[in-house]
Parts: sequence; structure tokens; C-alpha cells
Amino acid sequence: MGYDLSMRLWRGDRSGGELADYVVAVEEGEVVLDAIHRVQATQAGDLAVRWNCKAGKCGSCSAEINGRPRLLCMTRLSDFEPEETITVTPMRTFPVIRDLVTDVSYNYEKAKEVPAFAPTPPDKDGNRRMMQADVERGQEFRKCIECFLCQDTCHVIRDHDDNKSSFAGPRFFLRYAELDMHPLDTNDRRKLAQGAAGLGMCNITKCCTEVCPEHIKITDNAIIPMKERVVDRRYDPVVWLGSKILRREQRNET
Amino acid sequence: MTAGLLGAGRARIPQKTLRKDRWWLAPAATFVVFAAFVVYATWRAFTGELYYAKPYLSPFYSPCLTTECLEGSSDFGSPITWWALSPALIILVFPLGFRMTCYYYRKAYYRAFWLSPPACAVAEPHGKYSGETRFPLILQNLHRWFWYAAVAVGAVLTFDAVLAFRNEDGEWGHMGLGTLIFVVNVVLIWLYTLGCHSCRHIVGGRLRHFSKHPVRYRLWGLVSKLNEKHARYAWLSLFSVAIADLYVYLLARGTIEDLRFF
Amino acid sequence: MTDTSPGSPTSGHGFETHAYDVVVIGAGGAGLRAAVAAHDAGARVAIVCKSLLGKAHTVMAEGGIAAAMGNVYPDDNWQVHFRDTMRGGKMLNNWRMAQLHAQEAPKRVLELEEWGALFDRTTDGLISQRDFGGHRYARLAHVGDRTGLEMIRTLQQRVVELGIDVYMECTVTDLLRDGDQVSGAFAYWRESGRFLVFQTPTVVLATGGIGKSYQVTSNSWEYTGDGHALALRTGASLINMEFVQFHPTGMVWPPSVRGILVTESVCGDGGVLRNSEGKRFMFDNIPEFFRAETADNEEEADRWYDDKRNNRRPPELLPRDEVARAINSEIKAGRGSPHGGVFLDIASRRDAAFIRRRLPSMYHQFKELADVDITAEPMEVGPTCHYVMGGVEVDADTGASTVEGLYAAGEVAGGMHGSNRLGGNSLSDLLVFGRRAGLNAAYYAGRMGSARPAVSDQAVKAAAEHALAPFTDEGGENPYTIQKDLQDLMQRLVGIIRKKEELEESLTELQSLNRRAENLTVEGHRQYNPGWHLALDLPNMLRVSECIARAALVREESRGGHTRDDFPKPSEEWGTLNLVLTESGGEISIKEQPLPVMPGELRQLFEEK
Repeated sequence: MGYDLSMRLWRGDRSGGELADYVVAVEEGEVVLDAIHRVQATQAGDLAVRWNCKAGKCGSCSAEINGRPRLLCMTRLSDFEPEETITVTPMRTFPVIRDLVTDVSYNYEKAKEVPAFAPTPPDKDGNRRMMQADVERGQEFRKCIECFLCQDTCHVIRDHDDNKSSFAGPRFFLRYAELDMHPLDTNDRRKLAQGAAGLGMCNITKCCTEVCPEHIKITDNAIIPMKERVVDRRYDPVVWLGSKILRREQRNET
Repeated sequence: MTAGLLGAGRARIPQKTLRKDRWWLAPAATFVVFAAFVVYATWRAFTGELYYAKPYLSPFYSPCLTTECLEGSSDFGSPITWWALSPALIILVFPLGFRMTCYYYRKAYYRAFWLSPPACAVAEPHGKYSGETRFPLILQNLHRWFWYAAVAVGAVLTFDAVLAFRNEDGEWGHMGLGTLIFVVNVVLIWLYTLGCHSCRHIVGGRLRHFSKHPVRYRLWGLVSKLNEKHARYAWLSLFSVAIADLYVYLLARGTIEDLRFF
Repeated sequence: MTDTSPGSPTSGHGFETHAYDVVVIGAGGAGLRAAVAAHDAGARVAIVCKSLLGKAHTVMAEGGIAAAMGNVYPDDNWQVHFRDTMRGGKMLNNWRMAQLHAQEAPKRVLELEEWGALFDRTTDGLISQRDFGGHRYARLAHVGDRTGLEMIRTLQQRVVELGIDVYMECTVTDLLRDGDQVSGAFAYWRESGRFLVFQTPTVVLATGGIGKSYQVTSNSWEYTGDGHALALRTGASLINMEFVQFHPTGMVWPPSVRGILVTESVCGDGGVLRNSEGKRFMFDNIPEFFRAETADNEEEADRWYDDKRNNRRPPELLPRDEVARAINSEIKAGRGSPHGGVFLDIASRRDAAFIRRRLPSMYHQFKELADVDITAEPMEVGPTCHYVMGGVEVDADTGASTVEGLYAAGEVAGGMHGSNRLGGNSLSDLLVFGRRAGLNAAYYAGRMGSARPAVSDQAVKAAAEHALAPFTDEGGENPYTIQKDLQDLMQRLVGIIRKKEELEESLTELQSLNRRAENLTVEGHRQYNPGWHLALDLPNMLRVSECIARAALVREESRGGHTRDDFPKPSEEWGTLNLVLTESGGEISIKEQPLPVMPGELRQLFEEK
């Protein structure tokens, strides 16, 4: 049943910090976030941790557990040996605010750069008709809970701060792909994805897919298809010829 | 040098990773196996001999198109007269380019050889990173061209596998262990080639409305299934092509005899 | 993390100050929809929210948005939806709100689609609609079992597109007044602990509910009744506070996830409730009111899934209050499951592939949090505090409270759902009344022109001192301990089944908690300090809990989300009365108020069959 868990939690802020040791009583069936809450309620009332739903649906409690980007509420203690020390740090790609809380405003800034959805006009009866087969790809991407773990693990920005200005990150490639595959959207976002969003920076090492708590196949279903769409436009001689000969605007491949 | 884990405002944690699992195992294994294949393939491609043992033509040398080709191995004639080096070098460019630019292999070798990154949430050693935006890595965008070529190569290897249903005297209706190896190899090559991300895009991925193209949608579904196992087929077909070549080599060298079934 | 905005410079009080036409508190469905509407009406709008944008509790909504679009059953129309809503609320709803809600919901859903939402489709390409408890026709527009996420993301993206200012991780602790009008709001940044002041003639409350006052709840930490308490303190009134919805099916095991929701769609897709003896006990719990439309034997109930026209609905799909009460009494009678719930079984009734396709996030939730494979074994479920029907008393058409300039929409507003809310009516409520409140707040600000009510430096200073009190007091109580005691008290004494003695006891205990809470102490400093944040939320929770307990004590009948052991039946007399709570001088007073009278042509809908 219950046992005493050893934890090392990073405490500190921008000026510095360290891993602090705690021992906390935990119960069967608990997750890492429960243990942290107990530390907070009994030993360190000012321990900062961001969380909301505690059911893996809101994506607030992102952190790194034993060095791996995870949701605190979806990591069960039973995944570890009782005697194992669990180390929790804030996400290491974003500036820290305090303790386990990071400043994720990078992501909200990138969200502003994605051109909005621009649908075709509705049918005469006011409805917009879309077939299930046509919305399913987008629906997979819209499962995203914006935990930003994919952004955290992506080495393009994790290991290179200066890339942040020119790279939107996997979460937003997902968004570009969703809009580009939307059956009713009228924008062409491929140029932008390749240019401003930095799609070409991605070297598809798939860490985003590995950490996604929603199991979205970010690389295979969003990033690579977007790269292929860019190839259509810029690097494929056959498609280029086709568009010249048939005078077909590429965007309009239905 | 650009700031990474110790970049502006980040939590000051000196370790490059706090992972406790054996994260280095996968890239290390990839490194060893790829390196071994590269060494083997380089040696075999440059030797220019022992690649044909009736009725089997090593996949490294097929199609054999130069005047240097061993007698009987040129099923498509010898249009190339000016090439004095091993005939494999001309043809290997295509499968090599296909695999070098393959989305799966890229992941594998960026991790194992470039350490960029070695594993998830493990810091990479490089100071600068520009991804696939500049020469030479921008050439990865040519994957689709190589895919077109790979389809042709696949067709030739299929032809070779058919020819392998002959005996040493060129009579049809026979089969040996080599035939089996060739058939398995070509099946794996097709599973790999058709599961390619570019193929997935071309058959249907580029569409906006699947519902208006039911046939392409079904094809896309099939390719997507293969694509999920793309990594597996990438490895298996790599092994099978090496094994097919090795088998031909051993036959040609006389080390072993082909096991004839009928 | 918007630090600057088109605001005015700081005033005499020295805090960061911003001026807007409309300030929306809360960034769930109602808040975001209100902000979009106010922006569209030409107002300068700010959204202030306690969490990051897109994390609000709306993401937890699973089933769908109820809207009589008639895509699946063409017979459906707003009148039927209106009737279902009123009957679900046991006729205690504000009829006008229920009418507007039923009439406008379809348009609001289509609007979401225009902004990028991807709903599941029918074979004709229209928005698909699913069955849910209490709804006569399949009516819930949905995306798998994550409709709330789709809705909040869509609205969030719309807000970003329109460039509306969002103050994230920013908590409003006080509303400021100039005479009888709203003049601003006082808030602090969670990140830095610094204070800021909004000068605004209108505030739209969209703060959600109060669930965190209970031990077993599906609600997150944010649900501390802030909007309810702010409204009371500003002079507005609350109605229907005695009605708290306990969702019948929350997880009961493991303890760490106790309370997390199991969507009603499990029952809609074939799941059934059984007690420890294996009996489908809901057949013994069909109330007279719903007897005509509910199957009374298993054969008919099972046929319903395939032939809805000729069979009556299974009793598992009765409105939530009925099911929650029945589960509660099974557990009390000793026929519960090992961990104190009952069994919800879909594994033995549907094949694994079907379950995984229809209920993907439930499958994951149980697999990953409880290590239970719902395709192979039954779930253990029990009631969990889910929603408060009560809230700020508002004008049905405009969302205006009784205080000038103060509006409310969504869960924090009262009246729409009467004594019990139907599943799926919440998301549509957020959209319909979020929009109305936002529009009307913008109109109000526009009519006002440049003659704006003033923010007094004195009031601002008082608010700042009040907020810093927990740092100055020493040797006081730990806020975490008081919160825990409050949750325990509410669960024990003001839970699903209530009685006079227990309610009286709860009021006494609340008094003593109130006294303890006057002297809170927190450690550390102001920068992202959850202990301090809780210390500021706690008085709101205590205040709202007191409202619930008081109203529950006065209403001597059982109806919807309010069940009195000592008055087990609904009473005709109480059926025409709302309880209205107001605060003055720190004391809560309560009075009875007759329900608005429904016009004849709507009343007819309940007479014909």
C-alpha cells in the first residue's frame, strides 16, 4: 500500500536554484502530481506548480520527470520502483518563473503568427457540408491539449535559443497542417510554413511524437505531409510541369 | 556557440540530461549496424566482381548497364561504354539516395551519427543548428525524385526475382534457395518503397477532399498502414538486400552451392 | 503575460492600470464567447483569467453541445429542446432563458464551425448529433468525447485572430464601484504577485462554478466560486444556490482520480449500471414524472439502442439527479462496489473495437489513470460534484445582474437550468449567453460614452491591503488545512442527500471556519505562490458554501439537485419560488421570490403530448 517516496524537486527562479530533497508519504494508485501536492500542502506551501484538470485534458502540468518531458498528472507512481528517487524539474526549453512553473509565452506568441481559418461561404441553407473522411485528419491534430511538451523536447529550440525567433515548433506545424488539410479553408499556408514558421529547421527526429500525451502522430501525419506539400510547390518537377501545362492552381487540388 | 539548456532565463540545471534510462542504447545500435552495412556495401560495390551467379544477379549490380558487366548479367543491354569503374556505382546512387533522404533513415542517422539530438531531451553537442534549410541538407527535399527512381529500381529487382525462377541453363520453372531470398528481398523492398512518406503524399495525402477521390483515399489508407511500419521495413529490406548480395557472392566465389528445390 | 496594453498610465495608487470598455473575467467558453461578441460590437475588451489561455474547465466537457439542429432527427426543433430543458430542470428554470437558449443554440454551433471547429459528421456531411440523458432526440453536436476541448480551442483561436487582449494567470480579487455602478476591477499577476487595476464601466463574470468546495468533484482548482462571491460583494444577488448537480458517474478509484468524470455517453452507447449483486438497479428507481418515456424492463431498454422510435429509453439515461440519487442509495444500502461506487459495465455489452472507437478518451483515462481496461472489465463509478445550477441573478435577454455594469454568463449565472441541468445544455448555455452578455456589456459601455465611473484610489488601496493580509499575519492557519476541512464539511453535511439538522450543523461549522480563515498565514513571497493564491480564493469558497447551505436549509422539498431526506417529495408551492441571496454588511440574507410566469403559448407545449 502506501510508502515513503523520495523526491528531488527543482526549487528556484531565474536567478538560480537547485534540486531539493523531499520525502513524502504516497498511496497506491497515485500520480506524481499527487505527491507534489502533498509536499505543497504539508512541507512547502509556496512550491509553485501549474495544474488544472488533473485528468490529462488541459495540458497545464507539463514538466520533466527523471529528465523526460511528461504530464505530472498522467505519470503514475507505479511506473517507478518504490525505492527510486523521482526527480522533477521544470521544462528546460522555456524560461523558468519559479520552481516547476515556466514562462510558456513563446507558444502564445507563435500562435498569433498563424493566419486564421478562412472558410468558403456556407451553402444556401446556412450549413457547411464536410464529409467525415475529410475532417478526420484535422480532428487528430485538434486533439492537441497544448501542453507544449513537444515544444519542450524539440532540440531545435531546446538546444538553440536563437532559433526561437524563426521556428514555430511542432505544436504549430500541427496547426498549419490542420488548416492546410481543412476541407473548407481557402488560404495557402505552405510558403509561410516553410519560411516564417521554419518547417525546414525540423530534422524529423520524432521526439515530439514520442512525448505527445495525446498520442498524436505529429511527425508522420503533420510535419512530413507539410514538408511534402512544400516540395509540391518548390521542388517537384512533375508537379511544376503539371501546373504549367494544365494551368491548374496547385492550391486547388481538391 | 548558441545558448541551449542554459539559455536566457532557463532553470539553471547543469546536467545535459537527467534521463536515467539507457537512452544511448538505440542510437549506439543504429550506429553499429549502419556502419557495418556501409562498410560491407562499399567493399562490395567497389570490387566489381563476384556479383553474378546464374541465374542470380546481385541487387547491388542490377541493372548492370556498362560494357564492363559480366557476361549474361546485362539484361537491359550495355548502353554505357565510357564507365571503367565498378558498374554497381552507377546504379547504387539511386537506392542510396532514396535511403539517404528517407524520412525514417534521416531520423535514425541524425540521431546516431550527428547526435542531433542523440535522444529525446538529451542535449546535442553542436553550437549551431540550421536544420534542413541550407545546402547540403536542403537536398533532402529531393526525396520524391529518388522515390520515382526507387520505383524503377523496384521494377528491375522484381524482374530479377522473376528471372531467378530459372536454372543455371536458363530454363524456366525452377527454384532454389536463392530464388526464395530474391523473392523475399523484393517483397520487402516493395513494402519499404510503397510505405514511403512521399508515396503516401502522392497517392492521396496531397488531397484536400478524400471524399471526392474514393480510390485514391483507399490507396492512401493502404499506404498509411505500410507507412506506420516504415522503420521496420527500412531495416528488414536493408538486411535482405545485403543477404541477397552476400548469397550471390558466396555462390559466385564457389564457397557454397545453391540449394535447388526443383 | 500581456504586460502592457492600450491602457492609461498608472494613477495615484501607483499600480499598473489599464482602461477598457469591457473586462471579461474567465476564459472558458462563456468568457471567450462574451469577449468575441463585445469585440464585434466595437468595444475594447480584455479577458482576465486565472490560468493560461485554453486551460479553462470547459476542456473537460465531453459529451457535446445540445442544439436542436435536426440533423439526425428532423422532428427536432427548439420547442422540443425547450420542453426537455424545462422538464429536466423540474420547471424551475427561467423560462425566457430556456427559450432563448433553445432558439439560438443551433446558430451558435454553426458559428463555431465557421471559426474552424471540426465536428463529427453525418453521412450527408452535416454536423452529427448524439443521444444524451434527458434529451428526447439525438441532439448533441460533438467531436468524439472531447467536445469541450474543441470548443475552447476554436474560441481561443478566434480571440487570438481578433487580437483581443488576454491577461493570463491573473486573478481578480475585487470589483470596484463608483456609487452603484461598476467602475473597475482589482487583480494580481500570479507570476509576479504584482497588482493591477482595470478601469472599466462593465465587467462580465464568466468564472464558472464552485465545485472545489466539495471533496469529490470533477472540477479543477479554479472552481472556487470567485464570480459568485465577487457578485455578492458588489451588491448583486444569487439565485437557486441550493441546486448543486452531482454527476452520477465519476471515477471512485484510485483515490487520486476520485471525482474525475466518466461521460454519460458510456450509457448512451450501451453501458449499464449494476450493483454488487449484478442487478440493474435503475429499473427500481424510475420516478413517476419520467415513467411514460422510460423502459421498465431490460429487453425493451436493450432494443432502444437500435430502434429508438418504438422503444423507450433505458433508465440509465434519466436526468443526472435521478441517477445520482439512485447510485447514492445503492451504496448506502451496502450494495456498492469494493471502492464505494457501483459498476458501470460496457465491456460485457459491446465489443472492444466499438468501445475504443466511440469512447477513446474514456478508454485512455481508465487505462492510464486507473490501469483498468474498460473493454474487459466494468468501471467503478459514483456521484461527483459537477455543476452548480445556482448563480448570479441575471436578466434573461441581456445577462445583466442587478448591479449596473455587472454581467454574468455561463455556470456563474443562475436561472437557465432551474433545479437540474441536462447534459449538453452547458456548452450551449456558454455560447448563447456568453454572446448575449458580451454584446450587452459593449452596448452599455457604448451608451455611456466618455462619462466613465471613477476608480477611487482609496478603494484600490484597501483592496491591496486586503490581498496582502496573509503575509502580515503570523502564526495563523494554513490555508490548505482550512480548504480540506471545508471540503470535508460540504461533502458530509451539504452533499447529495440533505437534512435539517445536518444543514444547521454545517452553518455552525462554516461560522467557525470563517473565523479561522480570518487569520491565514502563508510562507514565502508574492512570486507565483500557490499558498497565497489559495488564501485569497478561500474566502470566496467559504462564502459560496454558506449560500448553498443556507438556501438548502430553507427549501423544504426535494427537487432536481436538491434532495432533502426530511422532505423527500417536490412541493407545488416551492415549485413556483426561487430563493434569492444577497449580502450586506458581511451578512447573507435570503428571500423567496416568485418565478417569472411563462406565457400561455409556451405553457401549451407541456400540455400537448
